[in-house]
Amino acid sequence: MEARGAVERTGGGGDTRRLPAWLLGLIPLALIAVAIAVFAAFDGPGLRQRTGPPVEDIAFERTVLKPGKIELTLRNDGPDAVRISQVTVNDSFAQFTSSDPDSKIGRLGSERIDISYPWVEGEAYAISLVTSTGAAIDHDIPVAVETPNTDLGFYGLMALLGFYVGIIPITLGMLWLPFVRRVHERTIRLLIALTIGLLGFLAIDATLEGLDVASKGSQAFGGPTLVFLGGIVSYLILTAVNAHFAARGERERTGGAAGGQLALLVAIAIGLHNLGEGLAIGSAYAVGALALGAFLVIGFALHNTTEGLAIVAPVAKHPPSIRRLVFLGVVAGAPAILGAWIGASAFNSSLAAFLLGAGAGAIVQVIQQLVPSIRDRSGVVLQPLSVAGILIGFAILYATSLLVSI
Amino acid sequence: MLASLAPVLGAGAAAKAGLLTPNGAAQARETPNQAALAKAAANAHDHGGGDHPGFREGATVDHGANGFDPTGILRDFDHGRTKRLASGRVLREWELVALDKRIEVAPGVRFDAWTYNGRIPGPTLRCNEGEKLRIKFGNGSAHPHTVHFHGIHPASMDGVPGIGPGVIPPGKTVTYEFDAEPFGLHLYHCHALPLADHIAKGMYGAFIIDPKKRRPQADELIMVMNGFDTDFDRENEFYAVNSIPFAHMHEPVKVKRDELVRIYLVNVLEHDLINSMHIHGNFFHYYPTGTSLEPAEFTDTIMQCQGQRGILEVRFPYTGRYMFHAHQSEFAQLGWMGFFEVTD
Repeated sequence: MEARGAVERTGGGGDTRRLPAWLLGLIPLALIAVAIAVFAAFDGPGLRQRTGPPVEDIAFERTVLKPGKIELTLRNDGPDAVRISQVTVNDSFAQFTSSDPDSKIGRLGSERIDISYPWVEGEAYAISLVTSTGAAIDHDIPVAVETPNTDLGFYGLMALLGFYVGIIPITLGMLWLPFVRRVHERTIRLLIALTIGLLGFLAIDATLEGLDVASKGSQAFGGPTLVFLGGIVSYLILTAVNAHFAARGERERTGGAAGGQLALLVAIAIGLHNLGEGLAIGSAYAVGALALGAFLVIGFALHNTTEGLAIVAPVAKHPPSIRRLVFLGVVAGAPAILGAWIGASAFNSSLAAFLLGAGAGAIVQVIQQLVPSIRDRSGVVLQPLSVAGILIGFAILYATSLLVSI
Repeated sequence: MLASLAPVLGAGAAAKAGLLTPNGAAQARETPNQAALAKAAANAHDHGGGDHPGFREGATVDHGANGFDPTGILRDFDHGRTKRLASGRVLREWELVALDKRIEVAPGVRFDAWTYNGRIPGPTLRCNEGEKLRIKFGNGSAHPHTVHFHGIHPASMDGVPGIGPGVIPPGKTVTYEFDAEPFGLHLYHCHALPLADHIAKGMYGAFIIDPKKRRPQADELIMVMNGFDTDFDRENEFYAVNSIPFAHMHEPVKVKRDELVRIYLVNVLEHDLINSMHIHGNFFHYYPTGTSLEPAEFTDTIMQCQGQRGILEVRFPYTGRYMFHAHQSEFAQLGWMGFFEVTD
């Protein structure tokens, strides 16, 4: 009813009044369709067939090195279908099999080719795919290293990482309960500021890594755009989840809900956040960014210890049973395992870029959640104490990253 | 023990492990070589790569669609048509036509080539020293071309732009006429600009002038070393003799034991500075440019820059398969390798 009233006021025409609102909404779309049809009827240039030779553009989504074998997952990034006819490795034709030998790779289509080649660990390889038109599409392996098997053991490792990142630090962080009840408030502010510094460094690192992965893989699905989309999507979803639980928590509190209930809600929200953390860790491992993976593990473990703090804060006055505390720790931490599994099996570089972005977005969201707790009594966030804490956090990760990257 | 290990080890591992050392080493205590061998065997895994470099299994070039077959080209000498002039001299005539043609240069890879008579290399023109030669050239291509012969002739018959008939536009014909001299192995190719493109796209062929004093009877083969730059980056993707890479890996060149084999070898390869040929398990006499009946060298590897050519004479004393290939390993791995199959 409101929509029709608006049309009456702005349209001014008597005719539109009789038309239903949904039809008025469709008119512009119908006109666009007519315009395209007219364009097609006059055989508009570029609509049916491009002029000029075929454009062959192949992205290398995944490179797997096994003894005597190089497996490439290809994605057709260009407008035309591509057929891979021959393959050379370091200027030598090599035997290969493809997942679909008889057909071309269509636009956005994918194909896996397995090259038989006696590669040697630590050496560099230049692979060239020769297409049916004679074009050569090159792919470099700067240092050949056997790819870790994504077998049961790998998933076990991911589970172990998730356990160390999620459940253990959160549970340990909850052991700060007695400490927090006694320590000076300034010390807590310094610790949280330090956590923010650590996370800020990780957010920058994850973003740059995401952009790097995105620039190497297929561009057809958006390339670097996916990193920012991933960040925004995860930030917004986590913000909405937080707001939802905050609103429920408010109702619970006004309705006289127990602190234990609030603690569970915080644990669930943190669990969702840890899913993103697991994704970031798993995808970092999957794309071979082992150093970043290790750093994310350390960073998240440090950070998640403070999350344990957040869970126990509401129940400080009415300490629950040990079993209850362990349950909260698992709810908050276990999603990291699931996230690591999903992240590690997401071999697609576009998806990996999206997930690295999602990890960065999650970090930003948590920083935002932590900022209020470093305010001093006059409400200033960036006072000398908190700035010092943030800078120390940056310095710790910067220094340790130098040690690891050399 | 050595024999049982051999199938497990890749060639590289076998070499590293010292498999190529004499077998006579004492068996009682383990020598350093044996220790290395045992270690290599313990670490052995699938090295991949197959026996030889080559195209993907089962894929072949459709020679019928190409209109020429590298094995057929080997012994295909075009003697043209002859008639005796009033002076008593022989007049020998050929017809060459420039044709644009899409050629499958490797299994599944098609290249828009420029050819003489629809084949690469063009016909091997063969004549006798002192004859009068007449080559009628028609340009059936969409591009201007010439035929430039190596040999001794007047400037107007040189087939270069701006001199004599110069560049022949599409649809036009010209007749080149000159005497067959000197005897030897020569070549012809298009000399239109850009020269590198006209050669790289396939406009060349061999040109043999036989000496008055005949060479000994032999099984004669023509091998034109060439390559294709299919992605136009001034580097060849494919190397071969007579155009089709690895052709004689699948279809060895059949020769008889103890029979004299004479190879007319021409290098027209564009984009690379030199080319070469090496024959396994044998040595050959080499006659640079074929302009002398005395060999210049007894060797197993010779080198040619673009336009260089020479005659190899070889006899295989043993039966079996013998590789021949460019001794630039890169060229060999990219197609310029094959087998002789020697039988009784």
